[in-house]
Amino acid sequence: MWMRSTLAYRTSFVMMALGSFAANGLDFIAIMLMFSQIEALGGFSLPEVAFLYGTSGMALGLADLLLGSIEGLGLRIRDGTLDTLLVRPVPVFAQIAADRFALRRVGRITQALLVLGWALPRIEVDWTVGRVLMVPLMAVCGTAIFAAVFTAGAAFQFWAQDAAQVQNSFTYGGNALLQYPPTVFAKELVRGVTYLVPLAFVNWLPALRLLGRPDPLGLPGWVDFLGPVVAALMCTGAGLAWRLGLRGYRSTGS
Amino acid sequence: MVYAAVAAGSFRRYATYRIATVAGVFTNTVFGFIVAYTYLALWAERPHLGGYDQAQALTFVWTGQALLATAALMGGGGLDELQERIRSGDIAVDLYRPADLQLWWLAADLGRAGLQLIGRGVVPMAVGALAFPLALPGDALTWGCFLLSVLFGVLVSFALRYLVALASFWLLDGSGLAMISGLACLFFTGMVLPLRVFPGGFGEAVQLLPWAAVLQVPADVLMGVRSGDGLVRGLVFQAGWAVALLALGRLVQSAATRKVVVHGG
Repeated sequence: MWMRSTLAYRTSFVMMALGSFAANGLDFIAIMLMFSQIEALGGFSLPEVAFLYGTSGMALGLADLLLGSIEGLGLRIRDGTLDTLLVRPVPVFAQIAADRFALRRVGRITQALLVLGWALPRIEVDWTVGRVLMVPLMAVCGTAIFAAVFTAGAAFQFWAQDAAQVQNSFTYGGNALLQYPPTVFAKELVRGVTYLVPLAFVNWLPALRLLGRPDPLGLPGWVDFLGPVVAALMCTGAGLAWRLGLRGYRSTGS
Repeated sequence: MVYAAVAAGSFRRYATYRIATVAGVFTNTVFGFIVAYTYLALWAERPHLGGYDQAQALTFVWTGQALLATAALMGGGGLDELQERIRSGDIAVDLYRPADLQLWWLAADLGRAGLQLIGRGVVPMAVGALAFPLALPGDALTWGCFLLSVLFGVLVSFALRYLVALASFWLLDGSGLAMISGLACLFFTGMVLPLRVFPGGFGEAVQLLPWAAVLQVPADVLMGVRSGDGLVRGLVFQAGWAVALLALGRLVQSAATRKVVVHGG
C-alpha cells in the first residue's frame, strides 16, 4: 500500500529515489574529492576506503529498508496514533516497521553496492572461499547490528519522545564513522565503538582481517570473527529494551 | 510590529522543544568529532590544503556543525510546514490574512534561526574548542562581523528554501524537490567539504553560487581568512544574493498566488 501511495506522485518519487541515491553518493563524492588531493587517508588507499564505505553503507541500507520507519515512533507517541496500532491483532513492532515503507530507500543500497562492486576487484586480497564468504556474512551481521541500534533507539523514544536525533547519531553517525579507516580516529573513539556500542563489528574488524591490517587496539585475531555473536547479543538486548519500553508506555491522551 | 511578534513567537516555539534541542546538540557534537578526525587525517596528508592550516580546517568543521540547524544546511527548517500548507490547500486561508506571506515566513525563520544558534550552535562549538585547537578570533569585532555574516547567510538560506516551498504550487507534492535542494545545500555550502578544497575551476565556480554565502563566507569571516577588503567583499556577496533571491521569491509568489484556485466545499 505504501509502495503504491509513493508511486502516485511520480515526479516526486523519481526525485526522492534519485535524492536518496545522491544523498549517499555525496559522502562518496567527498571521499573522492579528498583523494583528488591525496594518495592515502590514514594509510588506506581509495579502493580500501571504498570497501569500508560499501560494506557499511550496505548494512545500514538494509537495516534502514527493514526498520527505518521506526524513527517515526516518537511522532506517533506525541500525536497519539500509536494507540491505534496497540489495538490491532498484529505485533506493534511489525506494524511500525511496515509503516510508511519507503521504496526509495533502495537508493542507498544500490549506491553502496555500486561502490562495493567497484572496490572489490581493486583491493589486494588473496581470495579464498572463506574470505569470499566473509563479505555476505559482514552484510548480514552488519544489518543485524544496525537493526538492533534502530530498535534500541526507538525503545529510547518511549521515554524521550522527541529525541529521534540521538538515534541518528548512532545509525547515520556510525555509518559516517565506519566509512573511514579506524586509523583516522582517536583510540578512545575506536574503543567506544568496539566495546560500548560495538559498531566496529559491522565492517572494521572483519575488513581489517581481509585487508591484512592490524587493528589499532591490538585485539586477538579471533575477535574479528565475533560478528555473529555480537549481532545476536545486540538484537536480544534491543528486543528486551523494546518490550520494556512498550510495557511502560502510557498513552498521551487525557 | 506583527513580524517582530511572529519572530518572537517562533523563537519561543522552538525553545519548547527542549529534549529535541539537547538531542540535536548531541548529534552535532558526535558528527563534529567524526568529521574533525577525518579532516585531521586529510590535513596531515596535505598541510595547507585549500589555504587552511590544521586549526582553521577544524574550525570549519565546528562552524559547520554550529550552523547546521541555524542556517538549515540540510534544507527544511520549518518551511516544510509552508510546503504542507500549500499541498493541503490551507494556504488559501493564509493568503486572506492582512500580512505579507514572504515577510511572515521570513520573520518566523529568523526567530527559529536565533533559537537554533543559541540552542544548537554554542554548545557544539564550545565542545569543539575544548577538544581541538581551533582558530577562533580573540576580538569582539570579528565575532560581530561573524554574526552579521551568519544573519546574511540565514537570509540567503531562507530565500532558497522559500523558493523550494513555493514550487509546491506547481508540483503538488514537493518533498522530492525539497530533498534534492537539501542535498544541493549540503554539498554547495561546503558542509561536506570546504569549498576552498574543491579542485580547480570547479572550486572557483562553486564559491560564486548563492550557497557559498550560507556557510563558506561566515566560516572564513570567523577564522579571519576574510578581513579588510575580503571581509567587505564577502558581506556584499552575501547581501547581493540575499536581495536577488528574496526578490525572485516575490516574483514567484505573485505568479503562484495568481494561479491559486480555491475549491469550495
